[in-house]
Amino acid sequence: MEVMFDMPDESNIKEVLKGVSRRKFIQGVIAGGAGVSAATYLFRASTATSAASAGERLITINVNGRDRRVDVMKQETLAMTLRYKLGLTGTKIGCDRAECGACTVLIDGVPRYSCSTLTHTVRNAKVLTIEGLAKEDGTLHPVQQGIIEEQGFQCAFCMSGFVMASVGFLQTNPNPTRAELAHGISGNLCRCQDYDKILTALLRGAEIMRGEATHA
Amino acid sequence: MPNKTEYGGNHKLIGKDYSTMDLHAKVTGQAKYAEDYRAEGMLFAKLLLSPMPHGRVRRIDTSAALAMPGVKGILTVDDLPAPADSLTDNGTVIHANKLGERGLTNEPLYQGEPILAVAAVDELTAAEAIEKIELDMEPLPFVIDPLETLRPGGPNPRVEGNIWYRPPAPPPKPGEAPKGGEGREGREGRGRGAPAPLEVKDWKWTEADFKDFNDGKLPIGKIPEDPGNSWSYGDVDAAFKNAALTLDESFTTPDTSHHCLETRTAMAYWQNGKVYVHTGTQSTIQTVPAIARWLNLKPEQVVLVSEYTGGGFGSKITGAISLIIPALLSKKCNAPVMMRVSREEETFIGRARPSILGRMKVGFSKEGKIIALDMFMLCNTGPYDAAGDAPSSGRIVSLLYQPENMRFRALTVMTNTPPRSAQSSPGGLQGIVVMEPILAKAARQLKVDQVEIRKVNAPEGKAKFGPEQRGRRAYATSAFLKDALDKGAEQFNWKERAASSPKRMGTKVRGVGVSSSCYVGGSTGFDGLLLIKPDGRVCFQSGIGNLGTESVIDVHRVAAEILGVPWEKCDVCWGTNDKHLPWTCVSGGSQTTHAMTRAAHAVATEAVQRLKEVAAKSMGGSPENYEVANERVFRKGGGGGMTLAQAAEKAIKLGGIYDGHDANPDVNRFTKAAAAALAGQGFIASARDKYPHDGQTHSYVATFAEVEVDLETGKYYLTDFLAYADVGTVLHPKALGGQVLGRSTLGIGHAIGQKWVMDPNYGAMLSRRFHHSKPPTILDVPAKMEWAALDIPDPETPVGSRGIGEPPVGGGCAAILNAIANAVGDEVFRRAPVYADGILLALENGHPMDHALTAHV
Repeated sequence: MEVMFDMPDESNIKEVLKGVSRRKFIQGVIAGGAGVSAATYLFRASTATSAASAGERLITINVNGRDRRVDVMKQETLAMTLRYKLGLTGTKIGCDRAECGACTVLIDGVPRYSCSTLTHTVRNAKVLTIEGLAKEDGTLHPVQQGIIEEQGFQCAFCMSGFVMASVGFLQTNPNPTRAELAHGISGNLCRCQDYDKILTALLRGAEIMRGEATHA
Repeated sequence: MPNKTEYGGNHKLIGKDYSTMDLHAKVTGQAKYAEDYRAEGMLFAKLLLSPMPHGRVRRIDTSAALAMPGVKGILTVDDLPAPADSLTDNGTVIHANKLGERGLTNEPLYQGEPILAVAAVDELTAAEAIEKIELDMEPLPFVIDPLETLRPGGPNPRVEGNIWYRPPAPPPKPGEAPKGGEGREGREGRGRGAPAPLEVKDWKWTEADFKDFNDGKLPIGKIPEDPGNSWSYGDVDAAFKNAALTLDESFTTPDTSHHCLETRTAMAYWQNGKVYVHTGTQSTIQTVPAIARWLNLKPEQVVLVSEYTGGGFGSKITGAISLIIPALLSKKCNAPVMMRVSREEETFIGRARPSILGRMKVGFSKEGKIIALDMFMLCNTGPYDAAGDAPSSGRIVSLLYQPENMRFRALTVMTNTPPRSAQSSPGGLQGIVVMEPILAKAARQLKVDQVEIRKVNAPEGKAKFGPEQRGRRAYATSAFLKDALDKGAEQFNWKERAASSPKRMGTKVRGVGVSSSCYVGGSTGFDGLLLIKPDGRVCFQSGIGNLGTESVIDVHRVAAEILGVPWEKCDVCWGTNDKHLPWTCVSGGSQTTHAMTRAAHAVATEAVQRLKEVAAKSMGGSPENYEVANERVFRKGGGGGMTLAQAAEKAIKLGGIYDGHDANPDVNRFTKAAAAALAGQGFIASARDKYPHDGQTHSYVATFAEVEVDLETGKYYLTDFLAYADVGTVLHPKALGGQVLGRSTLGIGHAIGQKWVMDPNYGAMLSRRFHHSKPPTILDVPAKMEWAALDIPDPETPVGSRGIGEPPVGGGCAAILNAIANAVGDEVFRRAPVYADGILLALENGHPMDHALTAHV
């Protein structure tokens, strides 16, 4: 698929952001009718038990350019839908509580924590995950290419989140300083603490995006 | 001086940057970590965790849970195999510790310890089932503070006591064969009696020992006799009399969770009598016998899959014992089981660095040389195995600061807090962090430059350290720390910046700090295994865990360079013992670069010799007439030759030692089994690292930092950072830079914010998540950090490379602490991390206000 580099629609961003306030999120969870509060973030198989299917419904979400029909519970988070219903395991869960950013995906071009986004709120949005970033012919996105060239990241469990956050940020600021990019991706945590090399690699990706860099 | 960026000299691959072959899968999201696997009919497990820090299960009623639709099984401690003695691969007997951690328990020893696990068709059902279990527990006395349990009449963390104690080994009876170790490294097979099993003992100090407690001085009471925890050299008391300056300081380091971004999630299933385990680990091959030991299986019955691991830092050395829970539930329920470990669960079972309370009395000459050191370390290890941090801290301090006379004492105490384990630079960080502020203070009082005082005390060459054992002291393979301090000072512009620091600008003040740092940097004696296929490609079998430090791949470039094969023609095979991997060190303790470049060198050298033999058998002459280069083996000075592809085909025809049907007799049985499994696929060479090695390998770092403190708010920022490393020959510069700065930042976390906070009334963990325990974010470090390496080969290893994971950690923390003290004065903090409120309170009161001796505040 083609990767979109154009700016997301303003009204769409507002709509999306409006959808994710903590209050809304919790309301959504309560509305989902989960009986066990500690279990609201947990994975529920959609067909395994008959009792489980009450309150679930088939919805369509657009992920990586394709409409996907998926059976989700009202309290189901996008991270769980992506990972356990759609097989898109490149999106990682590092904390499940909006602390680490490993689950970051783009929703209508805006970086968002998929662990704290209810799947039913993205029905009218376009979701982009790490798997949808490269072109269909395998050409890597410039940010991915920058990481390969600079040997960015260590264990890389945080990598897809950082990459999606960067791709979103670079759409709003294609030519950031090192400090600006650091602020732009500060919602992501790397426990290998490889921050210096990460910034170098992502800035290299920004260079390639701007078409300034000659490949090493 | 410009940052040194050119490494590798005349090498083709060693010291050169390249992109590792595991990166593409990572950037495209295709790399599979444990939780990314699915298996047909996979169940999910959830844990029931102890609500109290110490208690005894009186009754568990699982009937309502088991009656729920979708609940498939429950696992308790009664389902676990009994702890059994085992023989390690090296032939050493590991005595089962009957009081050790088992994964589940009926007497939880910390809040959050798993009591049982439920498997169900999904997690919601499993979590609901957990809620329906009736648990009746008897609370028992508990303690979370190591000093509290040592007080007369203080509570014990375990019914049996509060310390591990090994009674002295009885001498072997005449005529009795030494027990244990038949193998080459059988530690018990040297004529001494087998050590007695560990016991738990009740250990208390006297009221008199605590007399200086209220003055903030760490009490020092009696300790058990133990050569690792009590030693000395020289005449410490006499040396103090000659000291120009004597300082006696207490300091406390934090407990810090490893908090790998990937928790210790594991998925397991059984097939044809084998258990398949998907989990993260720091050593693919060494985790196999560990799983076998935990599950009471033969190693041949274990298949481990661990292609990508989301961080380890010492907490996943051979995986984690919690993996037996999905493995045994899977057996019980006859279905695959995934146990996703949540972030909060990881706080409880995911390991942490133990805090150490340290007290050092240090005597300096007027030039700043340490002539006498009396060091006492009290380590809080949690309720299970004693972390090795305290004994390690003494050896590291002895090497790094070369005190002329030294006494070391340490005591490791158990508490009802989550279990600790090694974390990057175990003991090294704590020793360095206790010593460095004292050294900085002494330099100020003696008016000696901070870099100079570290050079005066720095190890050089085959520097000795630790006590005399069997007539001699241990010594380093090499040390070029003075060069690193000099070059780092030049690059950091230290002299000019130190002369103008602390620099006040309005409400802000800038300070600079420097720290020495070192840790063990390598082990020896492991195996290499490579395969040249008939298509001419070379495959390096790698048993190293893939943590992203890239040593899993980097070390094999040594072998490729010796074989003269372009890197594009090489593959590295890693990630599961099903792919037949050789015996390898664990990717921990900074061993790998050193140990496995040696093994790579050994197997490439062996391969060259065997390829010459293959050529001689095909084309006549003796092997010495041939050489190997440019993907060929050919007659010296011209004449016949063959490609490596042809040699591979010939090797298959020759069989025996040439195609893996026979393995090199020196190698480990795991390597032999791997070679046998690959046999017949091509030319196969195996070898063990038997290179000489005089001394103990360590790596060193000189660390420089600048901070800016706002005197109105106490808030401070790191404004500059440089780590200059002495790690021998540079193998892969970008990967090395990631390690130098990444592990420095792990250390920085200990200075600026990361710690545990616990409720002393309930023994409950309060800092359960990232936003409580505060590991460093990208905004906590300067947007540009600097690193460089000396690139001086270590003389005691053929490639010259040493490890780097641990050595920067202590320096990262201590350089920040020293810079803060430079900015705001010596009497501001007595513990790390240093928070803004602590700085403000100390400045207001004129002395530290941070309750240095209280645990977990």
